[in-house]
Amino acid sequence: MEQIVFWVLALGALLSGAAVVLPPFGRNPLHAALSLVVCLFFLAGLFLTLSASFLAAMQVLVYAGAIMVLFVFVVMMLNLSSSERSPFQVSLIKIGAGLSTLFIVGKLAKTFWLSAGSAAPASLEGHQGFGSIGNVAEILFRQFLLPFELTSLLLLVAVVAAVIVARNKIGRGID
Amino acid sequence: MGEITVSHYLIVALMLFGFGLVGLVTRKNALVKMMSVELMLNAANLVLVTYSRFRGDETGQIMAFFVMALAAAEAAVGIALVLNVLRHHKTIDLDRLQGLEG
Repeated sequence: MEQIVFWVLALGALLSGAAVVLPPFGRNPLHAALSLVVCLFFLAGLFLTLSASFLAAMQVLVYAGAIMVLFVFVVMMLNLSSSERSPFQVSLIKIGAGLSTLFIVGKLAKTFWLSAGSAAPASLEGHQGFGSIGNVAEILFRQFLLPFELTSLLLLVAVVAAVIVARNKIGRGID
Repeated sequence: MGEITVSHYLIVALMLFGFGLVGLVTRKNALVKMMSVELMLNAANLVLVTYSRFRGDETGQIMAFFVMALAAAEAAVGIALVLNVLRHHKTIDLDRLQGLEG
């Protein structure tokens, strides 16, 4: 049962992740955004299988709910589908991208293999409610209180910056 | 199909990271490039959560939480920048933005 759930979620995440960037679906930015939403939902499922229930809820709320709505909204506002529809062609930069990606992923795989091997996940005995909102909050508000507060500052700065950059007047001053 | 181990999750995360990297290099649309970055951030999140489960230590989930907050900030500022580029240059095809090309 556990295996079936993992394989369904993993294959779904990989297929929808590939659909974001690879040619058959990815030519249209709106299709790419919708595939990314599907991929994020599958990843939330994977978080659940790793008993990170709080993080899975955050994944759906923050990523699929907030960030992707922003993306889809902008894609629909810009209406770019005509300019993006160029036929797919194999070019030197795409071959180079594929090769360098294979190289980097291979290096990462070697590092992971050396550090993790094929170990099974640690047993959760003695961890009552691992990954639950209570346990995560316990760590977040004790050990990581300062980074948490700094995150709120970061979000405030990002909002102010987004408003200022998106305003017409200041943008014109840069030219 | 044997038991699901840590490497299964790591392989999924590696492949997602690879897709994101390919998209970041090959796609020309600025918005799709940003989506590729989101994909790579999510792959990193999956690795963090996997190791947190593997070690039985929830600190990795806190890191993933901070990555999510950072992604939200990055998306907000990035989309504002893309809108501004579109307003000035009437395109967000990054291959056509050659104002700084020597």
